[in-house]
Amino acid sequence: MRSLTGDRTVRGVLIGFTLLAIAGFFLPAWIVNNVMFGLARGLAVLGLLVLLRTGLVSFGHALYFGLGAYSVALLEQLAGVTELVPRLAGAVVVAGGLGWILGFVLRRYRGIFFAMLSLAFSMALYGILVKTESLGSTDGFSVSPTVLFGWSPETRHVFLAMVAAVCAFAAIVVQVYLASALGHLTTAVRDNEIRVEYLGYPVARSIHTTYVLSAMLAGAAGGIMAMALGQVDPDSMVNWTVSGELVFITIMAGAGNVAAPFIGGVVFEFIRTYAFELAPHAWQLIVGATLLAIIFFLPNGLWSLIEKPWKKLEKRRD
Amino acid sequence: MQTIVAVLIDGLSYSSYLFIVSVGLTIIFGVMKILNVAHGSFYAWGAYAAAYFIGLFHGMGFPHWFGFVLIAVSAVAVGAIIGLAIERIILRKMYEHEEVHILLATFGVFLILEDVILLVFGVNPYFAYQPMALLGSVKIAGVTRDVYSLTLIGLAIVIALACWLCLARSKWGKILKVVIFDREIGLAMGINVNAVYVYTFVAGAMLGALGGAAIAPTLSVSPGIGIDVIVLSFAVVVIGGMGSIAGAIIGALMVGLLRATAVHFVPELELFVIFAVMAAVLMVRPEGLFAPARARRI
Amino acid sequence: MHSMFNRVHRLALGLGVLATALGPYGAVTAKDSIDVGVVAFLSGPAAGPFGVPGKNGAELVIDAINAGTLPAPYDTAGFAGATLNPIHIDESGGNAKQVAEYRNLVEKQGVDAVIGYISSGTCLAVTPVAEELKKLTILSVCGTPRIFEDGDWTHIFRTQAHAVGDSIAAALYVRDNFGDVAGYTGINQNYAWGQDSWKSFSLAMGHFVPKAEVSSTPQFPKIFAGQYGTEISTLALDDAELVHSSFWDGDIEAFVVQAKVRGFFDNKQFLSTVGASAIDSLGSEFPDGTIIGTRGEIGILVREKSGPLNTWFVNAYRERYGAWPLGPSYQYAQAVLALKIAMDKAARDHGGFPTQDQVIAAMKGLSFETFAGRIELALGNGHQAVHPVGYGITRWNDETGEPEVTNITFYPSKCIYPPAGKPSLDWLAEGMPGSDC
Repeated sequence: MRSLTGDRTVRGVLIGFTLLAIAGFFLPAWIVNNVMFGLARGLAVLGLLVLLRTGLVSFGHALYFGLGAYSVALLEQLAGVTELVPRLAGAVVVAGGLGWILGFVLRRYRGIFFAMLSLAFSMALYGILVKTESLGSTDGFSVSPTVLFGWSPETRHVFLAMVAAVCAFAAIVVQVYLASALGHLTTAVRDNEIRVEYLGYPVARSIHTTYVLSAMLAGAAGGIMAMALGQVDPDSMVNWTVSGELVFITIMAGAGNVAAPFIGGVVFEFIRTYAFELAPHAWQLIVGATLLAIIFFLPNGLWSLIEKPWKKLEKRRD
Repeated sequence: MQTIVAVLIDGLSYSSYLFIVSVGLTIIFGVMKILNVAHGSFYAWGAYAAAYFIGLFHGMGFPHWFGFVLIAVSAVAVGAIIGLAIERIILRKMYEHEEVHILLATFGVFLILEDVILLVFGVNPYFAYQPMALLGSVKIAGVTRDVYSLTLIGLAIVIALACWLCLARSKWGKILKVVIFDREIGLAMGINVNAVYVYTFVAGAMLGALGGAAIAPTLSVSPGIGIDVIVLSFAVVVIGGMGSIAGAIIGALMVGLLRATAVHFVPELELFVIFAVMAAVLMVRPEGLFAPARARRI
Repeated sequence: MHSMFNRVHRLALGLGVLATALGPYGAVTAKDSIDVGVVAFLSGPAAGPFGVPGKNGAELVIDAINAGTLPAPYDTAGFAGATLNPIHIDESGGNAKQVAEYRNLVEKQGVDAVIGYISSGTCLAVTPVAEELKKLTILSVCGTPRIFEDGDWTHIFRTQAHAVGDSIAAALYVRDNFGDVAGYTGINQNYAWGQDSWKSFSLAMGHFVPKAEVSSTPQFPKIFAGQYGTEISTLALDDAELVHSSFWDGDIEAFVVQAKVRGFFDNKQFLSTVGASAIDSLGSEFPDGTIIGTRGEIGILVREKSGPLNTWFVNAYRERYGAWPLGPSYQYAQAVLALKIAMDKAARDHGGFPTQDQVIAAMKGLSFETFAGRIELALGNGHQAVHPVGYGITRWNDETGEPEVTNITFYPSKCIYPPAGKPSLDWLAEGMPGSDC
């Protein structure tokens, strides 16, 4: 394993997010908002990417996304918490905790059964939220602006910088994890699980660890989304369509690199905003058509657009 | 006692509707191994087509009973046109793709068809209550019921019998069984697997559309009706065992009766119970209550 | 020379950008036009009965004010002289999407004000964001009392009274006309509006019709569920004969259609606090004898009311859209009217085109004549409207081929709203001290 700073991806992530955080100060507020929403989704997609490396696709990751968002909202409702750090920590801990518990069950499942069981768990949470008045039912809750160590910044640019920092940190953690022995094991599990088992490696445990990491990432994503948006509600945070969107972005972004989910998330957000503005009654059509186009013409996602010219460039340099 | 009868009847009529919608999904999965999210679109399109034409023809002075003809015609037309289009244009090119990609492609199709509904039928809800009004009501155990919803139970039984006959008693059924068991063996035996896929997908689409068309008179047909249906039918199919028709019956009965019980006694749990049971079944018997055991391939 | 010009040009450009950025806070010169976001359901079950009639009402009055063709006393052209350019936005898609849309309206499109919102859910979600972005926002239809009872807002106004008055007026109407009712139950949607409506109705019934027993299983189906077979069975099995419902949108139509086939209305007295849209859309299918409300001096209850403003509104609306104006048509028109009155007043008070703060100051505590009644911004520190609320009994008139509402009673706002600063549910629980009925 190469050292951290020697890893080209780590360097790229650090430079990219620093530039983004700085650029944020010069961008109009609506772009800052969309970028933040995109980064939040990207973080959840990063969680799906980790799972995908193991060959697992969750059709219920809105469970953790929603749980993270609702943790932020409920922390404020019950304890008046509006500080960034406890909000984010709450979201990660709650999502990770449930992920750890459900992981004992889910680690035994593969393929379509894994997808369906994830879906069932997420829809059970949806069913509770939608029908419980004290949890906000269909309305959800408002989330007041986030405070940073007692300071409430006038603009959202500072918040974007914080979000960028969190995303950069998460991307590096995932990069290190995937490069570790445990991480390589997950890829081996995808390729042939039974062989890995016969070699004496703990398949179930490595899947469980991956799953918890993935849940924590989605929880953080939901928490950031709630803070960036100022609102949580079941239909746009926990319903199955949200899970579907996340899987869609994963495929659109491509699983080739830890930076891809964030690019995918931001692109998705802008496609949606413009599609909605151009054709308010046909934005889903545009999103759906994009999805089909990606599957047919760009099966390795947007990342392959970046990767190919990059590799060519390197070859020439060599 | 009155309440128990009410729960049973409410549950049964809801189960019948769930079964009609889900059976197409389970057939498509059983034969083609595709979990078709666009099934929600078949349902929505069936409902819209039926509601639209019932309103149109009723406005032109056609008698109320003509609505039943329109329901059948809508289901067949929607299933044939949209089902064929999806199979030919999208799925045909995807059979070699990964499961996830196919699933996502059907999700994309679902999103597209949701908006095409808006573009074709507009944004306002449709009410096609004429067939329901025609059949009137009947009093059972102290509660007045509309006869229409009760006839759905009959329709579900007819469909279940037809599916069983087709699978267990016809040449078609044998061909299907071969393809279900192994696509390659089917090919080797000279079965036109592509044709089997087309027929299966269109038949499944028609059943999904029939579910929508048949339920249309009892609800307000409005944008987004396919969204809830698709997860409910996933629950039904998973509980019973994906690909099993007997499973779809059991799954529909369980979901329908559970929901009715919850609405009568603890309305807050109405949605939760359905997915809790779905999760529980997956945990205890992942292949569903009615699917045969499969060998683990190395 | 060339570079010099460039530098000056650049400086001017820079100043221009700076001035635009300072716009809302710096001195403002007269404006020819203002952009206002008009938000209403344009798709989904709430579009036909609420969103589209609401949007039409706003459009009609905006065009008339821009052209100066509204009857006196509102016959001056424009909003403080400026033409209003509406930007129509669809309210459907859930709270999170609406919050994002609101941010886009303000930060991307740069609107001067926002008018609209029908669902209580959207109102609750958008209010804190509107305050955060400091943008004048006039809520036109939504009814949850929580907006101004749980919060204190500078930039938000609501020209529609809240749900508690609708519920108290409903209970009073039951007392006056169905006083011997033995029990009541309800079917309401599982969100702010439905929950608040049922809560305040049952509290008010406890006060005015104490003998009537409340059911233990009132139903709260999901909003836009569209299918109520099981709920109808539950309500039918309930002994309570009075059924309260605050269903609005397409849900009221779906419920009525499904329940009617099952003979539901033959055995139950149905009370619909805001289902009047269904009377027109369902025509003779709507059950006779339903207690119906419109949440104010609006819609079918004031259809026949004379007076130059109402006559103009009803006739102009019918001529342009070929339908009767519904409650939401009035509600949106009233919100637009409030903006005009406040902007004109602020312009008069300060001379010149008013700033947002001046408009807000002028709107605070406003009391104005609307098309068929009077609205006073008396609660929520001068931001929340009160007005009378009435009920009547529906009947299909075979001769005219039109629905009608008979036996209409309006209850004055002094009777049905708490004094300023008092949370309405506490006030109800204490037995409505100070209420003047």
